[in-house]
Order: sequence, then C-alpha cells, then structure tokens
Amino acid sequence: MTGQSTFRVAAAGLAVVASLLAVASPAARAQDEPRVIVITAKRFEFSPNQITLAKGETVKLQVKSEDVTHGLFVRPLGIDAEIAPGRVTELTLTPETAGTYRAICDHFCGAGHGGMKMTIVVRE
Amino acid sequence: MKKDLDRRRFVKIAGTSMGVGALYTVWPSLGRSAEAAELARRLGAQTGERPTPFTFAQLSDAHVGFDGPNGNKALEKAVATINGLPRRPDLVLFTGDLTHDTEKPGEHAARMSLFREISGRLQVAKVYHVPGEHDAGLDGGELFRSVFGPTSYSFDHRGVHFIALDNVSRARPEVGEEQRAWLAKDLSRFHPTTPIVVFTHRPLFDLRPDWEWFTSDGDDVMNLLAPYENVTVLYGHIHREDHHAIGHAQHFAARSLCFAFPDPDKVEDKKAIPFDKDQPFKNLGLRVIDRTAGSAAHADTVRVQDVELAMNELSGTEGFDQLLKPPTF
Repeated sequence: MTGQSTFRVAAAGLAVVASLLAVASPAARAQDEPRVIVITAKRFEFSPNQITLAKGETVKLQVKSEDVTHGLFVRPLGIDAEIAPGRVTELTLTPETAGTYRAICDHFCGAGHGGMKMTIVVRE
Repeated sequence: MKKDLDRRRFVKIAGTSMGVGALYTVWPSLGRSAEAAELARRLGAQTGERPTPFTFAQLSDAHVGFDGPNGNKALEKAVATINGLPRRPDLVLFTGDLTHDTEKPGEHAARMSLFREISGRLQVAKVYHVPGEHDAGLDGGELFRSVFGPTSYSFDHRGVHFIALDNVSRARPEVGEEQRAWLAKDLSRFHPTTPIVVFTHRPLFDLRPDWEWFTSDGDDVMNLLAPYENVTVLYGHIHREDHHAIGHAQHFAARSLCFAFPDPDKVEDKKAIPFDKDQPFKNLGLRVIDRTAGSAAHADTVRVQDVELAMNELSGTEGFDQLLKPPTF
C-alpha cells in the first residue's frame, strides 16, 4: 500500500446511470464516457486481480459477484462497496495520486476470506 | 506529593497482555478521606456496586477447529494458567473467534461445543463472550446467540461498567446504527468519569484497514464514548499485542490462542508468523501483572510475573498500566 490522497468516488445504481446517459447524444456519450472495467468477485478471488489506472483518469468499475455477497474496500481510494450477487455494482472514481493500493473483500465470505484481495495500480 | 498523587487516582486498570490473553487488575486507590468515601458512594450508586479491587482476564482468538499444529493446546493452557493463578480473576472476557468457521453441516456447532467444554473448566465466577467473524460472519451470529446469548450487552462489576460490542455479525466490520443507538442509551446514565471497559472483536479504529483491521463505523462508536474520560477498549482479531491511546480511550489487543500475526508496520502482507516446532507457544506467552490488595501507598507498585506456558521464556510481552482519572461529581 502506498500513497495517501484524496480521490473522488461515486457509486450509483445502473438504472440511475442509464437514465442519465439516455439524455446525452450518442456523440457526446462516446466522448464523455469513462473507461469501463469489469471486475468479478467469487470466493475467494477477484478477477482480474490487478487493474491499472492513470492518475486523473475517471473510470467506471462494474463489479459483480458470482456466488455470495462480497465487499470491495480500499480506504485510500474511498471505495467501500457491498457486492451482492445478481446485480452489478457500479463505482466511478478519479484517482488523484499515483500509487499501488490493495483492495480487499470486507464482507466475510468463508474460509479463504482473509486472502481475497486485488491490486489497483495508479500511474502518473 | 505521593499522597496527593494517590488521592487523585481513583481507579486503575493495570494489565498485561498474555499470549493467551491479558490479565487486568482494577485498583481503586481512594485513600480513607471523607471525600474519597463520598466518591465511592456516588460511583457505587451509578453502577450498583462500590469500586473494590478485582482482576479480570481477556482471552481471544482461540479458533477451535483450526487445523494448526497447536490444536487447542494454547486454549487449554490458558484455562489451566488462569485456574492456577494465586488470586483468580473475577471475570474472563473472550474477545471473539472462539471457533474457526466451517460450512460442513453440524461441524461449527460441534466446534462451539468443544470451545464451551474447554472454557467451561475455567474456575472463575463469570465468563463473558463476544463473537468474532469466524464465529458469526456466515450466519449473522445465529449459532453464537443460540449458545452464548446476545452478542452485545452490558453489565456492571465492582464500580466498572463493561460493554460488549458486536462488530462482526453484520459480516462487514461494522457495529451498525441499531447497536450504536443502544450504546448511546446504555451510556446515558453514567457520569463522564465512570470507568468503562468496552470489549469487542475488531479494533474500533483504523489500525491497518487493508488487512481488515478496522471497524467502518468505529469513529461513530468512539464519538459516543468521547464524553467519557475513563474508557478502555479491549479487542482481539489481530493476533498480537497492540496499544493505542486515542483521545480519552486506551485500546488494547490481546494475543491469539492459535497463531500470531506480524507487526503491520514492518511487513506488507498479512501472513501468520511461521510455526516454530521447537517453541510451539512462541508469541503465545503469558505475563501477569499482579497488584496485591493493600494500602494506597502501594498502589504504584506493579509486580510483573512471568508465567511459563511450555517454553522457557516469554516473547516480547509488554505490560501496561492505565491510570483512570478520578470522578468529578
């Protein structure tokens, strides 16, 4: 874990995001839409287990569970989400400080829970 | 000067972490003045009992059922050690992870029963428990409650108010709004200088969040406790000794009865300290601070007693001595 800074994170249900996107033109949407990264959680791993972001880049994380409820928690990035099965949890963030951050599952999910983690790298 | 110092001291909680837990001595050093007697009377009226000396022990993270080289030997040794103390503690507090989780049908209940069987050998008046995530994280605390009763509660003992907090049953590291509301109501009858001991499983502050050593609403809990000047928080979960003073509160972790974790400031990854077959109880040692009841003049004397488990020396335990301020009615 390195880096301590302020990040902007916003979580929203897909329905809300979809309704906001619906009012934008297709051209504006293509230009403004952040990069989407899909993360899958299942006991006791995240896939992919490492993602790389650019400092100042706004990205949208779409996180889903294949089995039970998991958590995705990264204190320095302000991420604290519950990942329930059967839905996609969406998180938008714009990292402002480069560093390597450990994301953990913070919703107890069984014997291997303590080792369920992934890495988020933020480059300059 | 010595007399003045002693008179300012009202109740001390002195303790020492043991690999198998920690033993604490609560020491009212009131002296014999009329003022001190009045303080004792008022505190006794609040908690139901006047403060008198007593000891209590904290045990944590036994993980009964965990497939480790020590099995349940450290727990058994802790029980035997406490039973062998010259002056047995009034209370034993277990701060969670009594058992190791399993999803095999019936097996978790069997582990809980085995824990009860071993801890039932404790020859003390009262034993209290809070769950850890390995006890209650998968079923919301249902099995724990069926065996031990509520996961959060409070009681008074000889002038000290004890509060059990559950920060595991919601599966996340969280106390939750409902329990915080209960806590606020529970605290409301006490004067700010009442000695309060909170016992819970996870740390109530950000010790190492990326190791899940935190409670998400720990700040909210500590804000409720902030008006109270004599707060001691005892927790487990981190399988090692730790002491942090934050505001008015002193936070102490006890070692595990299963395996030890390393110093989070020195390593990046949370991996158990490797088992040493030649020193099977290394980092699971025991030290007792014994404060023999006597006159207030002896209140500053702390006698540290090393208690051997199965090794020749204890590894790195450090005693502590907390001064609780006098009530100001």
